[in-house]
Amino acid sequence: MVSPLKIFLATILGIGITNGAVFAQNSTLDKIKQSGTFTIGHRDASIPLSYLDDKQQPIGYSMEICGRIADAIKKELALPKLEIKYQLVTSANRIPLLANGTVDIECGSTTNNADRQKQVAYLPTTFVTANRIVYKRNTGVKVLADLRGKTLVSTAGTTNIKQVTELNASKNLGISIVSANGHSEAFLMVETGRAAAFSMDDILLAGLVANSKNPSDFEISAEALSVEPYGIMVRRDDPKFKALADNVVKSLMSSGEINKIYDKWFLKPIPPKNITLGVPMSANLKRVIANPTDSPDPAAYQ
Amino acid sequence: MSYNWNWAIFFDLEPGATGTYFAYLLGGLGWTLVIAGLAWMLALLLGFLVGTLRTIGSSVIERCCFAYTELFRNIPLLVQMFLWYFVLPEVVPNSLGTAIKAIPPPWGSAYPAILCLGTFMSVRVAEQVRAGIASLPRGQMAAALAIGLTRRQAYRYIILPLVIRIILPPLSSEFLNTIKNSSLALTIGVMELTARARAMQEFSFQVFEAFAAATIIYLVVNLFVVFCMSHIEQRIQISGVIGGRKSNSLLQH
Repeated sequence: MVSPLKIFLATILGIGITNGAVFAQNSTLDKIKQSGTFTIGHRDASIPLSYLDDKQQPIGYSMEICGRIADAIKKELALPKLEIKYQLVTSANRIPLLANGTVDIECGSTTNNADRQKQVAYLPTTFVTANRIVYKRNTGVKVLADLRGKTLVSTAGTTNIKQVTELNASKNLGISIVSANGHSEAFLMVETGRAAAFSMDDILLAGLVANSKNPSDFEISAEALSVEPYGIMVRRDDPKFKALADNVVKSLMSSGEINKIYDKWFLKPIPPKNITLGVPMSANLKRVIANPTDSPDPAAYQ
Repeated sequence: MSYNWNWAIFFDLEPGATGTYFAYLLGGLGWTLVIAGLAWMLALLLGFLVGTLRTIGSSVIERCCFAYTELFRNIPLLVQMFLWYFVLPEVVPNSLGTAIKAIPPPWGSAYPAILCLGTFMSVRVAEQVRAGIASLPRGQMAAALAIGLTRRQAYRYIILPLVIRIILPPLSSEFLNTIKNSSLALTIGVMELTARARAMQEFSFQVFEAFAAATIIYLVVNLFVVFCMSHIEQRIQISGVIGGRKSNSLLQH
Protein backbone atom coordinates (compact mmCIF):
# COMPACT_ATOMS: atom_id res chain seq x y z
CA MET A 1 0.00 0.00 0.00
CA VAL A 2 1.21 3.46 -0.81
CA SER A 3 0.09 5.60 2.07
CA PRO A 4 -1.35 9.10 1.57
CA LEU A 5 1.58 10.46 3.58
CA LYS A 6 4.05 9.01 1.10
CA ILE A 7 2.13 10.46 -1.83
CA PHE A 8 2.02 13.84 -0.13
CA LEU A 9 5.73 13.85 0.61
CA ALA A 10 6.57 12.52 -2.82
CA THR A 11 4.59 15.33 -4.36
CA ILE A 12 6.12 18.14 -2.33
CA LEU A 13 9.64 16.82 -2.63
CA GLY A 14 9.28 15.98 -6.28
CA ILE A 15 10.72 12.52 -5.91
CA GLY A 16 9.13 9.35 -7.11
CA ILE A 17 8.43 6.92 -4.33
CA THR A 18 7.18 3.49 -5.19
CA ASN A 19 5.95 0.83 -2.87
CA GLY A 20 8.86 -0.86 -1.16
CA ALA A 21 10.80 1.41 -3.45
CA VAL A 22 13.91 -0.18 -4.78
CA PHE A 23 15.22 1.70 -7.77
CA ALA A 24 16.80 -0.53 -10.30
CA GLN A 25 20.16 0.52 -11.62
CA ASN A 26 22.52 -0.80 -14.23
CA SER A 27 24.75 -3.43 -12.78
CA THR A 28 28.09 -2.38 -11.36
CA LEU A 29 29.95 -4.50 -13.90
CA ASP A 30 28.20 -2.72 -16.79
CA LYS A 31 29.06 0.62 -15.21
CA ILE A 32 32.73 -0.36 -14.89
CA LYS A 33 32.80 -1.67 -18.45
CA GLN A 34 31.36 1.55 -19.83
CA SER A 35 33.50 3.93 -17.82
CA GLY A 36 36.69 1.87 -17.59
CA THR A 37 37.00 2.97 -13.97
CA PHE A 38 36.43 1.20 -10.69
CA THR A 39 35.93 3.47 -7.68
CA ILE A 40 37.02 2.16 -4.31
CA GLY A 41 35.77 3.86 -1.15
CA HIS A 42 38.36 3.86 1.61
CA ARG A 43 38.86 5.25 5.13
CA ASP A 44 41.56 7.52 6.51
CA ALA A 45 42.14 6.16 10.01
CA SER A 46 40.85 2.58 10.22
CA ILE A 47 44.21 1.09 11.07
CA PRO A 48 45.20 -1.47 9.80
CA LEU A 49 42.19 -2.19 7.61
CA SER A 50 41.94 0.95 5.53
CA TYR A 51 43.95 4.08 6.20
CA LEU A 52 46.31 6.60 4.65
CA ASP A 53 50.06 6.12 4.70
CA ASP A 54 52.62 8.94 4.88
CA LYS A 55 52.19 9.57 1.14
CA GLN A 56 48.39 9.89 1.62
CA GLN A 57 47.83 6.65 -0.30
CA PRO A 58 45.07 4.36 0.98
CA ILE A 59 46.46 1.05 2.21
CA GLY A 60 45.46 -1.72 4.58
CA TYR A 61 44.05 -5.22 4.95
CA SER A 62 40.65 -4.42 3.37
CA MET A 63 42.31 -2.39 0.63
CA GLU A 64 44.53 -5.33 -0.30
CA ILE A 65 41.51 -7.61 -0.63
CA CYS A 66 39.81 -4.98 -2.81
CA GLY A 67 42.92 -4.86 -4.97
CA ARG A 68 42.38 -8.58 -5.68
CA ILE A 69 38.76 -7.87 -6.56
CA ALA A 70 39.87 -5.17 -9.00
CA ASP A 71 42.20 -7.70 -10.66
CA ALA A 72 39.32 -10.16 -10.97
CA ILE A 73 37.06 -7.49 -12.54
CA LYS A 74 39.69 -6.67 -15.09
CA LYS A 75 39.99 -10.32 -16.01
CA GLU A 76 36.23 -10.94 -16.07
CA LEU A 77 35.53 -7.97 -18.34
CA ALA A 78 38.68 -8.65 -20.39
CA LEU A 79 39.63 -4.99 -20.12
CA PRO A 80 43.08 -4.00 -21.35
CA LYS A 81 43.22 -1.31 -18.70
CA LEU A 82 41.14 -0.67 -15.60
CA GLU A 83 41.55 2.68 -13.91
CA ILE A 84 41.14 2.50 -10.15
CA LYS A 85 39.90 5.63 -8.41
CA TYR A 86 40.06 6.10 -4.67
CA GLN A 87 37.37 8.02 -2.82
CA LEU A 88 37.68 8.80 0.87
CA VAL A 89 34.50 7.97 2.76
CA THR A 90 33.52 8.49 6.41
CA SER A 91 31.44 6.41 8.76
CA ALA A 92 28.53 8.71 8.09
CA ASN A 93 28.61 8.94 4.30
CA ARG A 94 29.79 5.49 3.20
CA ILE A 95 26.31 4.00 2.75
CA PRO A 96 24.79 6.92 0.80
CA LEU A 97 27.90 7.21 -1.40
CA LEU A 98 27.69 3.51 -2.22
CA ALA A 99 23.94 3.66 -2.81
CA ASN A 100 24.15 6.65 -5.16
CA GLY A 101 27.00 5.17 -7.20
CA THR A 102 29.82 7.51 -6.14
CA VAL A 103 31.81 4.47 -5.04
CA ASP A 104 31.45 0.92 -6.40
CA ILE A 105 32.75 -0.86 -3.33
CA GLU A 106 33.63 0.18 0.21
CA CYS A 107 36.80 -1.30 1.64
CA GLY A 108 37.04 -0.12 5.20
CA SER A 109 35.99 -1.29 8.61
CA THR A 110 32.26 -1.66 8.20
CA THR A 111 30.16 -3.81 10.48
CA ASN A 112 27.78 -6.15 8.73
CA ASN A 113 24.39 -5.97 10.45
CA ALA A 114 20.78 -6.67 9.59
CA ASP A 115 19.72 -2.99 9.55
CA ARG A 116 22.40 -2.05 7.06
CA GLN A 117 21.58 -5.06 4.87
CA LYS A 118 18.31 -3.28 4.07
CA GLN A 119 20.43 -0.74 2.15
CA VAL A 120 23.60 -2.54 1.09
CA ALA A 121 25.09 -6.02 0.67
CA TYR A 122 28.26 -7.46 2.15
CA LEU A 123 30.95 -9.80 0.91
CA PRO A 124 31.87 -12.69 3.23
CA THR A 125 33.10 -11.44 6.58
CA THR A 126 36.84 -10.77 6.49
CA PHE A 127 37.40 -9.68 10.09
CA VAL A 128 35.64 -10.11 13.40
CA THR A 129 36.01 -7.50 16.11
CA ALA A 130 34.15 -6.47 19.26
CA ASN A 131 32.82 -3.18 20.60
CA ARG A 132 34.94 -2.21 23.61
CA ILE A 133 35.94 1.00 25.38
CA VAL A 134 39.36 2.58 25.76
CA TYR A 135 40.11 4.73 28.79
CA LYS A 136 43.08 6.14 30.67
CA ARG A 137 44.60 3.83 33.26
CA ASN A 138 43.98 4.58 36.94
CA THR A 139 40.78 6.56 36.38
CA GLY A 140 38.60 3.95 38.05
CA VAL A 141 37.00 2.93 34.77
CA LYS A 142 37.03 -0.72 33.78
CA VAL A 143 33.60 -1.50 32.35
CA LEU A 144 30.84 0.52 30.71
CA ALA A 145 28.81 0.73 33.94
CA ASP A 146 31.70 2.59 35.64
CA LEU A 147 30.95 5.58 33.43
CA ARG A 148 27.84 6.71 35.31
CA GLY A 149 27.85 10.52 35.36
CA LYS A 150 30.83 10.61 33.03
CA THR A 151 31.22 11.29 29.34
CA LEU A 152 31.60 8.57 26.75
CA VAL A 153 32.52 9.48 23.22
CA SER A 154 32.01 7.47 20.08
CA THR A 155 32.33 8.17 16.38
CA ALA A 156 29.28 9.49 14.58
CA GLY A 157 27.90 7.02 12.08
CA THR A 158 29.01 3.83 13.74
CA THR A 159 27.18 0.80 15.10
CA ASN A 160 29.12 1.42 18.31
CA ILE A 161 27.46 4.72 19.12
CA LYS A 162 24.07 3.23 18.39
CA GLN A 163 24.79 0.29 20.66
CA VAL A 164 26.04 2.34 23.61
CA THR A 165 23.10 4.74 23.19
CA GLU A 166 20.73 1.78 23.40
CA LEU A 167 22.57 0.19 26.35
CA ASN A 168 22.61 3.52 28.16
CA ALA A 169 18.85 3.83 27.74
CA SER A 170 17.88 0.22 28.43
CA LYS A 171 20.15 -0.29 31.46
CA ASN A 172 19.69 3.26 32.70
CA LEU A 173 23.45 3.79 33.04
CA GLY A 174 23.32 7.59 33.23
CA ILE A 175 26.24 8.11 30.84
CA SER A 176 26.55 11.29 28.78
CA ILE A 177 27.24 10.14 25.26
CA VAL A 178 28.76 12.55 22.76
CA SER A 179 29.62 11.98 19.15
CA ALA A 180 32.88 12.90 17.45
CA ASN A 181 33.49 13.36 13.77
CA GLY A 182 36.24 10.80 13.32
CA HIS A 183 38.12 8.13 15.21
CA SER A 184 41.14 10.39 15.74
CA GLU A 185 39.01 13.20 17.18
CA ALA A 186 37.18 10.82 19.49
CA PHE A 187 40.47 9.46 20.74
CA LEU A 188 41.78 13.01 21.20
CA MET A 189 38.83 13.68 23.50
CA VAL A 190 39.95 10.84 25.77
CA GLU A 191 43.58 11.94 25.51
CA THR A 192 42.75 15.51 26.58
CA GLY A 193 40.29 14.45 29.26
CA ARG A 194 37.17 15.72 27.50
CA ALA A 195 35.69 12.25 27.67
CA ALA A 196 36.36 9.42 30.11
CA ALA A 197 36.18 6.68 27.51
CA PHE A 198 35.80 6.00 23.79
CA SER A 199 33.61 3.19 22.54
CA MET A 200 34.79 1.61 19.30
CA ASP A 201 35.77 -1.66 17.65
CA ASP A 202 38.71 -3.08 19.56
CA ILE A 203 40.99 -3.41 16.54
CA LEU A 204 40.61 0.29 15.75
CA LEU A 205 41.23 1.18 19.39
CA ALA A 206 44.39 -0.93 19.34
CA GLY A 207 45.57 0.97 16.27
CA LEU A 208 44.85 4.36 17.84
CA VAL A 209 46.55 3.44 21.11
CA ALA A 210 49.61 2.04 19.32
CA ASN A 211 49.96 5.29 17.36
CA SER A 212 49.42 7.60 20.34
CA LYS A 213 52.16 9.52 22.12
CA ASN A 214 52.06 7.38 25.27
CA PRO A 215 50.47 4.01 24.47
CA SER A 216 51.00 2.83 28.05
CA ASP A 217 48.56 5.49 29.35
CA PHE A 218 45.62 3.70 27.83
CA GLU A 219 43.81 0.46 28.44
CA ILE A 220 41.18 -1.32 26.37
CA SER A 221 38.36 -2.91 28.35
CA ALA A 222 38.19 -6.67 28.76
CA GLU A 223 34.40 -6.36 28.61
CA ALA A 224 33.15 -6.79 25.05
CA LEU A 225 29.82 -5.14 24.31
CA SER A 226 29.16 -6.90 21.02
CA VAL A 227 30.55 -9.00 18.20
CA GLU A 228 31.10 -6.98 15.04
CA PRO A 229 31.71 -8.87 11.81
CA TYR A 230 33.42 -6.62 9.24
CA GLY A 231 32.67 -7.02 5.58
CA ILE A 232 33.45 -5.23 2.37
CA MET A 233 30.32 -3.38 1.25
CA VAL A 234 28.77 -3.53 -2.21
CA ARG A 235 25.46 -2.35 -3.64
CA ARG A 236 22.34 -4.37 -2.95
CA ASP A 237 20.48 -6.22 -5.67
CA ASP A 238 23.47 -6.64 -7.94
CA PRO A 239 23.98 -10.42 -7.79
CA LYS A 240 26.42 -10.58 -10.70
CA PHE A 241 28.93 -8.22 -9.15
CA LYS A 242 28.48 -9.67 -5.68
CA ALA A 243 29.05 -13.22 -6.95
CA LEU A 244 32.27 -12.20 -8.65
CA ALA A 245 33.57 -10.38 -5.56
CA ASP A 246 32.35 -13.13 -3.23
CA ASN A 247 34.37 -15.64 -5.23
CA VAL A 248 37.52 -13.59 -4.90
CA VAL A 249 37.17 -13.49 -1.11
CA LYS A 250 36.18 -17.14 -0.87
CA SER A 251 39.14 -18.27 -2.97
CA LEU A 252 41.51 -16.20 -0.81
CA MET A 253 40.05 -18.05 2.15
CA SER A 254 40.12 -21.55 0.67
CA SER A 255 43.66 -21.15 -0.68
CA GLY A 256 44.87 -19.90 2.70
CA GLU A 257 46.22 -16.76 1.07
CA ILE A 258 44.09 -14.69 3.44
CA ASN A 259 46.40 -15.81 6.27
CA LYS A 260 49.37 -14.20 4.54
CA ILE A 261 47.48 -10.96 4.04
CA TYR A 262 46.31 -11.07 7.65
CA ASP A 263 49.85 -11.61 8.98
CA LYS A 264 51.15 -8.74 6.88
CA TRP A 265 48.76 -6.21 8.42
CA PHE A 266 48.08 -7.52 11.91
CA LEU A 267 51.31 -9.19 12.98
CA LYS A 268 54.11 -7.43 11.09
CA PRO A 269 55.26 -3.81 11.25
CA ILE A 270 52.97 -1.62 9.14
CA PRO A 271 53.49 1.80 7.57
CA PRO A 272 53.74 4.67 8.21
CA LYS A 273 55.51 4.35 11.59
CA ASN A 274 56.41 0.65 11.37
CA ILE A 275 54.33 -0.16 14.41
CA THR A 276 53.38 -3.79 15.02
CA LEU A 277 49.81 -4.25 16.21
CA GLY A 278 50.39 -7.87 17.23
CA VAL A 279 46.78 -8.99 17.02
CA PRO A 280 46.70 -12.72 16.24
CA MET A 281 43.77 -14.13 14.29
CA SER A 282 40.79 -14.72 16.58
CA ALA A 283 39.01 -18.07 16.84
CA ASN A 284 35.92 -16.33 15.46
CA LEU A 285 37.70 -15.28 12.30
CA LYS A 286 39.27 -18.73 11.85
CA ARG A 287 35.80 -20.24 11.90
CA VAL A 288 34.61 -17.74 9.27
CA ILE A 289 37.57 -18.51 7.04
CA ALA A 290 36.79 -22.23 7.25
CA ASN A 291 33.13 -21.50 6.39
CA PRO A 292 32.81 -18.12 4.67
CA THR A 293 29.55 -16.31 5.44
CA ASP A 294 28.01 -12.88 4.96
CA SER A 295 25.48 -13.39 7.76
CA PRO A 296 24.68 -10.23 9.75
CA ASP A 297 23.80 -12.31 12.81
CA PRO A 298 26.44 -11.99 15.59
CA ALA A 299 25.49 -15.49 16.80
CA ALA A 300 26.92 -16.92 13.57
CA TYR A 301 30.38 -15.81 14.73
CA GLN A 302 30.35 -17.04 18.31
CA MET B 1 19.71 4.61 -7.17
CA SER B 2 19.10 1.58 -5.05
CA TYR B 3 17.40 2.83 -1.92
CA ASN B 4 14.55 1.79 0.36
CA TRP B 5 12.30 4.75 1.09
CA ASN B 6 10.58 4.72 4.45
CA TRP B 7 8.87 7.97 5.36
CA ALA B 8 7.17 6.36 8.35
CA ILE B 9 10.60 6.31 10.01
CA PHE B 10 9.80 9.62 11.72
CA PHE B 11 7.30 7.84 13.94
CA ASP B 12 9.77 5.15 15.04
CA LEU B 13 11.44 5.34 18.42
CA GLU B 14 15.05 6.59 18.36
CA PRO B 15 17.67 4.30 20.01
CA GLY B 16 18.14 6.53 23.06
CA ALA B 17 14.43 5.88 23.75
CA THR B 18 13.67 9.55 24.42
CA GLY B 19 10.88 9.64 21.84
CA THR B 20 10.22 9.37 18.13
CA TYR B 21 12.74 10.44 15.51
CA PHE B 22 10.50 13.42 14.79
CA ALA B 23 10.70 14.59 18.41
CA TYR B 24 14.43 13.88 18.27
CA LEU B 25 14.84 16.26 15.32
CA LEU B 26 12.73 18.93 17.00
CA GLY B 27 14.96 18.62 20.09
CA GLY B 28 17.86 19.28 17.72
CA LEU B 29 16.08 22.35 16.40
CA GLY B 30 15.84 23.55 20.01
CA TRP B 31 19.62 23.34 20.33
CA THR B 32 20.09 25.07 16.98
CA LEU B 33 17.94 27.95 18.20
CA VAL B 34 19.69 28.12 21.59
CA ILE B 35 23.16 28.19 20.02
CA ALA B 36 22.24 30.57 17.23
CA GLY B 37 20.17 32.83 19.51
CA LEU B 38 22.81 33.23 22.22
CA ALA B 39 25.61 33.52 19.66
CA TRP B 40 23.66 36.22 17.83
CA MET B 41 23.18 38.24 21.03
CA LEU B 42 26.89 37.97 21.73
CA ALA B 43 27.64 38.93 18.13
CA LEU B 44 25.44 42.03 18.30
CA LEU B 45 26.93 43.11 21.62
CA LEU B 46 30.56 42.66 20.59
CA GLY B 47 29.91 43.76 17.03
CA PHE B 48 28.36 47.09 17.95
CA LEU B 49 31.06 47.69 20.53
CA VAL B 50 33.98 46.91 18.22
CA GLY B 51 32.40 48.56 15.17
CA THR B 52 31.75 51.76 17.10
CA LEU B 53 35.17 51.80 18.75
CA ARG B 54 36.75 51.67 15.31
CA THR B 55 35.28 55.07 14.51
CA ILE B 56 36.10 57.05 17.66
CA GLY B 57 39.48 58.29 16.48
CA SER B 58 41.79 56.71 19.06
CA SER B 59 44.54 54.98 17.13
CA VAL B 60 45.41 52.50 19.90
CA ILE B 61 41.84 51.29 20.36
CA GLU B 62 41.27 51.26 16.62
CA ARG B 63 44.31 49.09 16.09
CA CYS B 64 43.19 46.65 18.80
CA CYS B 65 39.75 46.40 17.23
CA PHE B 66 41.29 45.98 13.79
CA ALA B 67 43.40 43.07 15.13
CA TYR B 68 40.31 41.51 16.72
CA THR B 69 38.36 41.77 13.47
CA GLU B 70 41.09 40.33 11.29
CA LEU B 71 41.82 37.52 13.73
CA PHE B 72 38.29 36.22 13.84
CA ARG B 73 37.28 36.77 10.25
CA ASN B 74 40.32 35.22 8.60
CA ILE B 75 40.21 31.80 10.26
CA PRO B 76 37.64 29.28 8.97
CA LEU B 77 34.77 28.76 11.37
CA LEU B 78 35.38 25.01 11.40
CA VAL B 79 38.96 25.58 12.58
CA GLN B 80 37.79 28.07 15.19
CA MET B 81 35.33 25.51 16.59
CA PHE B 82 38.21 23.09 16.97
CA LEU B 83 40.40 25.72 18.63
CA TRP B 84 37.76 26.80 21.14
CA TYR B 85 36.92 23.23 22.03
CA PHE B 86 40.20 21.33 21.96
CA VAL B 87 42.97 23.91 22.18
CA LEU B 88 41.67 26.61 24.55
CA PRO B 89 41.47 24.34 27.66
CA GLU B 90 45.08 23.25 27.03
CA VAL B 91 46.57 26.75 26.82
CA VAL B 92 44.85 28.35 29.82
CA PRO B 93 46.20 27.63 33.34
CA ASN B 94 45.86 23.98 34.24
CA SER B 95 43.17 24.35 36.91
CA LEU B 96 40.97 26.46 34.64
CA GLY B 97 41.49 24.04 31.75
CA THR B 98 40.42 21.13 33.92
CA ALA B 99 37.36 23.06 35.07
CA ILE B 100 36.41 23.83 31.46
CA LYS B 101 36.78 20.21 30.46
CA ALA B 102 34.75 19.09 33.45
CA ILE B 103 31.59 20.93 32.28
CA PRO B 104 29.24 18.04 31.58
CA PRO B 105 27.64 17.62 28.17
CA PRO B 106 25.64 19.01 26.47
CA TRP B 107 26.80 22.40 27.83
CA GLY B 108 30.46 21.37 27.72
CA SER B 109 30.17 21.50 23.92
CA ALA B 110 27.50 24.17 23.74
CA TYR B 111 29.46 26.93 25.52
CA PRO B 112 32.46 26.76 23.19
CA ALA B 113 30.09 26.62 20.22
CA ILE B 114 28.24 29.76 21.36
CA LEU B 115 31.47 31.66 22.09
CA CYS B 116 32.98 30.56 18.79
CA LEU B 117 29.97 31.40 16.66
CA GLY B 118 29.33 34.62 18.59
CA THR B 119 32.83 35.98 18.09
CA PHE B 120 32.97 34.83 14.48
CA MET B 121 29.71 36.59 13.66
CA SER B 122 30.59 39.64 15.79
CA VAL B 123 33.35 40.73 13.43
CA ARG B 124 30.92 40.63 10.54
CA VAL B 125 28.50 42.76 12.53
CA ALA B 126 31.36 45.08 13.51
CA GLU B 127 32.34 45.63 9.88
CA GLN B 128 28.77 46.53 9.02
CA VAL B 129 28.44 48.90 11.97
CA ARG B 130 31.67 50.58 10.97
CA ALA B 131 30.54 50.89 7.35
CA GLY B 132 27.14 52.14 8.52
CA ILE B 133 28.72 54.87 10.65
CA ALA B 134 31.03 55.81 7.77
CA SER B 135 28.02 56.15 5.47
CA LEU B 136 26.49 58.90 7.60
CA PRO B 137 27.36 62.47 6.59
CA ARG B 138 30.18 63.90 8.73
CA GLY B 139 27.92 66.79 9.66
CA GLN B 140 25.66 64.46 11.61
CA MET B 141 28.17 64.02 14.42
CA ALA B 142 29.17 67.69 14.30
CA ALA B 143 25.53 68.75 14.56
CA ALA B 144 24.95 66.42 17.51
CA LEU B 145 27.95 67.84 19.34
CA ALA B 146 26.89 71.38 18.45
CA ILE B 147 23.57 71.02 20.26
CA GLY B 148 25.46 70.17 23.42
CA LEU B 149 25.47 66.36 23.44
CA THR B 150 28.59 64.61 24.66
CA ARG B 151 30.32 62.21 22.24
CA ARG B 152 28.86 59.25 24.07
CA GLN B 153 25.36 60.75 23.92
CA ALA B 154 25.79 61.55 20.24
CA TYR B 155 26.56 57.89 19.49
CA ARG B 156 23.79 56.69 21.76
CA TYR B 157 20.97 58.98 20.61
CA ILE B 158 21.87 60.07 17.09
CA ILE B 159 24.49 57.96 15.31
CA LEU B 160 23.70 54.39 16.33
CA PRO B 161 19.91 54.64 15.96
CA LEU B 162 20.46 55.81 12.38
CA VAL B 163 23.09 53.15 11.75
CA ILE B 164 20.81 50.36 12.94
CA ARG B 165 18.19 51.35 10.40
CA ILE B 166 20.75 51.49 7.60
CA ILE B 167 22.36 48.14 8.31
CA LEU B 168 19.26 46.21 9.29
CA PRO B 169 18.87 44.41 5.91
CA PRO B 170 22.46 43.06 5.89
CA LEU B 171 22.13 42.27 9.61
CA SER B 172 19.13 40.08 8.80
CA SER B 173 21.33 38.12 6.41
CA GLU B 174 23.95 37.77 9.12
CA PHE B 175 21.32 36.42 11.50
CA LEU B 176 20.36 33.82 8.89
CA ASN B 177 24.05 32.99 8.51
CA THR B 178 24.31 32.54 12.26
CA ILE B 179 21.48 30.01 12.21
CA LYS B 180 23.01 28.14 9.28
CA ASN B 181 26.56 28.30 10.66
CA SER B 182 25.38 26.83 13.97
CA SER B 183 25.32 23.49 12.18
CA LEU B 184 29.12 23.44 12.43
CA ALA B 185 28.70 22.98 16.19
CA LEU B 186 28.13 19.32 15.37
CA THR B 187 31.88 18.95 14.86
CA ILE B 188 32.42 19.47 18.58
CA GLY B 189 29.57 17.24 19.62
CA VAL B 190 26.57 19.56 19.99
CA MET B 191 23.49 17.55 19.03
CA GLU B 192 21.77 20.31 17.07
CA LEU B 193 19.51 19.84 14.07
CA THR B 194 22.11 18.80 11.49
CA ALA B 195 23.86 16.53 13.98
CA ARG B 196 20.59 14.84 14.82
CA ALA B 197 19.65 14.44 11.18
CA ARG B 198 23.01 12.81 10.69
CA ALA B 199 22.60 10.64 13.77
CA MET B 200 19.13 9.68 12.56
CA GLN B 201 20.48 8.48 9.23
CA GLU B 202 23.19 6.57 11.03
CA PHE B 203 20.76 4.86 13.36
CA SER B 204 18.06 4.16 10.79
CA PHE B 205 20.03 4.31 7.49
CA GLN B 206 17.24 6.49 6.07
CA VAL B 207 19.60 9.24 4.98
CA PHE B 208 17.41 11.03 2.46
CA GLU B 209 14.37 11.17 4.75
CA ALA B 210 16.49 12.54 7.63
CA PHE B 211 18.07 15.29 5.57
CA ALA B 212 14.85 16.13 3.74
CA ALA B 213 13.31 16.82 7.14
CA ALA B 214 16.30 18.92 8.25
CA THR B 215 16.17 20.90 5.00
CA ILE B 216 12.50 21.71 5.43
CA ILE B 217 12.95 22.66 9.10
CA TYR B 218 15.85 25.04 8.32
CA LEU B 219 13.91 26.57 5.46
CA VAL B 220 10.82 27.19 7.57
CA VAL B 221 12.82 28.68 10.45
CA ASN B 222 14.83 30.96 8.17
CA LEU B 223 11.78 32.11 6.22
CA PHE B 224 10.17 32.97 9.55
CA VAL B 225 13.24 35.04 10.48
CA VAL B 226 13.18 36.79 7.10
CA PHE B 227 9.51 37.60 7.60
CA CYS B 228 10.07 38.96 11.12
CA MET B 229 13.08 41.04 10.14
CA SER B 230 11.23 42.59 7.19
CA HIS B 231 8.45 43.45 9.56
CA ILE B 232 10.88 45.09 11.99
CA GLU B 233 12.54 46.99 9.16
CA GLN B 234 9.20 48.47 8.16
CA ARG B 235 8.18 49.28 11.71
CA ILE B 236 11.30 51.23 12.62
CA GLN B 237 11.93 53.04 9.38
CA ILE B 238 12.09 56.86 9.41
CA SER B 239 11.26 58.56 6.15
CA GLY B 240 13.85 60.92 4.79
CA VAL B 241 17.00 59.09 5.97
CA ILE B 242 19.02 56.33 4.28
CA GLY B 243 17.33 53.00 4.82
CA GLY B 244 14.10 54.81 5.49
CA ARG B 245 12.54 54.43 2.06
CA LYS B 246 9.00 53.21 2.01
CA SER B 247 9.74 49.59 1.32
CA ASN B 248 6.90 47.46 0.10
CA SER B 249 8.18 44.00 -0.64
CA LEU B 250 8.34 41.68 2.35
CA LEU B 251 11.21 39.66 1.02
CA GLN B 252 13.20 42.55 -0.25
CA HIS B 253 16.77 41.52 0.43
